[in-house]
Amino acid sequence: MNRLFVRPIRLSRWQVVTLKTAIHVLCLGYLITVFSLAILDRLGADPVESLLHATGLGSINLLMVTLCISPLAQRLPCGDLIRCRRLVGLYCFSYALAHFAAYLLFELQLDWTLLTSEIIERPYITVGFTALMLLLVLAATSPNAIQRRLRHRWQTVHNFVYLCAALGLLHYTWSLKTLWGNPLFYWAGFVLLMSQRKSKLAAWSKSVGTLFSPRASSEKS
Amino acid sequence: MARIFRPSQQFTDNQVTDESVYNQRRQLIKTLGFVGAGALLMPSAGAVDWFSSSKKTDMPQLRPLKHTKPAEYQSSETLTPFDKVTTHNNFYEFGTDKSDPAKRASGFAVSPWTLTVDGLVEQPFTLGLEDLDKKFSLQERIYRLRCVEAWSMVIPWLGFELGSLLEQAQPLSAARFVAFETLYDPQRMPGQANRFIGGGIDYPYVEGLTLQEAMHPLTILATGLYGKSLPPQNGAPVRLVVPWKYGFKSIKSIVRIRLTDKQPPTTWNRLAPQEYGFYANVNPDVDHPRWSQASERRITDGGLLARNRIPTRLFNGYEEVAPLYKNLDLRKNY
Repeated sequence: MNRLFVRPIRLSRWQVVTLKTAIHVLCLGYLITVFSLAILDRLGADPVESLLHATGLGSINLLMVTLCISPLAQRLPCGDLIRCRRLVGLYCFSYALAHFAAYLLFELQLDWTLLTSEIIERPYITVGFTALMLLLVLAATSPNAIQRRLRHRWQTVHNFVYLCAALGLLHYTWSLKTLWGNPLFYWAGFVLLMSQRKSKLAAWSKSVGTLFSPRASSEKS
Repeated sequence: MARIFRPSQQFTDNQVTDESVYNQRRQLIKTLGFVGAGALLMPSAGAVDWFSSSKKTDMPQLRPLKHTKPAEYQSSETLTPFDKVTTHNNFYEFGTDKSDPAKRASGFAVSPWTLTVDGLVEQPFTLGLEDLDKKFSLQERIYRLRCVEAWSMVIPWLGFELGSLLEQAQPLSAARFVAFETLYDPQRMPGQANRFIGGGIDYPYVEGLTLQEAMHPLTILATGLYGKSLPPQNGAPVRLVVPWKYGFKSIKSIVRIRLTDKQPPTTWNRLAPQEYGFYANVNPDVDHPRWSQASERRITDGGLLARNRIPTRLFNGYEEVAPLYKNLDLRKNY
């Protein structure tokens, strides 16, 4: 047991493939299961609401997991954990997309006018939609090729995940009728995770400004 | 516990409940508390029904109730199935998730129960459940139930007009409002004991109507649904049903009805006054600040793919109540 923590553990190619396969099976399996049960009317009395909860909460859970991965990879003698972070992040986006699709298709039932007015007029929907758009940007910039092209700016862009998490939790908290409940535990976890990244957050807030003047930042580099 | 609401005209306690009745009730509640706590430890079914094709609802205490079916209160609308009516409940005393009450309230023993009618009345009285059964004949009333969360159901209630109960107490001329109160017993209602279960609401849950609203023939006290006595999660043993108002007005598990001369406080209004008004009439033109009330999803049979979004109607389609509000600005008095 001691040895496990003394010597760094390198994951072989096969071990990484196995880990990623397990993530696929779990995340995709759960998503397919809840959608199937909902279609069969076996996901609670109101399958639409149950599906919205399952996908929304699933997305938040996965976002929390991605935020745990880098502190864990730093502290445990297994830096290779970081190799599955992108996959979990992409599933977080997929769940958020499924959540939005369920809202549009089954809650609003393709009432586009209602969708537009709800996104504009209802703050908690606006907040959730903003988080989804940010996740879309992160997912779209996740391939290796784009990562290489963005160079150091990639990290600045991807640190927006912290804002995503805050907006996602706000959306969740705001969607409930009373304050006391599960969101409080999520906020506590979020604050704990952010407290691990104080210096990083400070540096990030400075670099966000340079993100939108690409010339200045590329001259510096 | 909630702040105590005091109407400006006070009554002495001996006009309210006979002391022996009161003490008897406390003793029984204490005994029953253990039954309730025991039920919490029993394993319960999850919201997600993974394998079984038929949902099992284990509610042995439901007894068939004798009733008539007046033609004017029947309906051709598709009913919400019994399984859905009894597993999709907002009853925060048993948890904030809609599947919680069906699980947590299954061991809630409703008998014995007393219902007190007092306040600005000539004849205050306290009834046991048996008295309710004896004194009032039950009618089946098929009503639409529109939740403030923009979903709706169609439910065959068994009940009697609230007006007939209030008349027996002979309201005084000073009475203008009717205040309702749910049982307060944290031992039997876990949400009252733990704010992470009960959403941190000030308990007991209280509601109110104007006397005119309370006397309207559509307003009933329900003691059953689908031909049998109410399951605990639906507000057993006796609950209010006001079909033209959002569901939260229809207070469950009532122990006290008090006539007052002042507008009584109501739970959701106290919690978020900008979101939930005293009147809470169903109105497609007045949105909840966080979502539209113009349409609703009707929960009946059918899964995810059911096209069940329908337009919401003013007063939930019960236009006959419109005269009650002819001098009222419904936007301000939401």
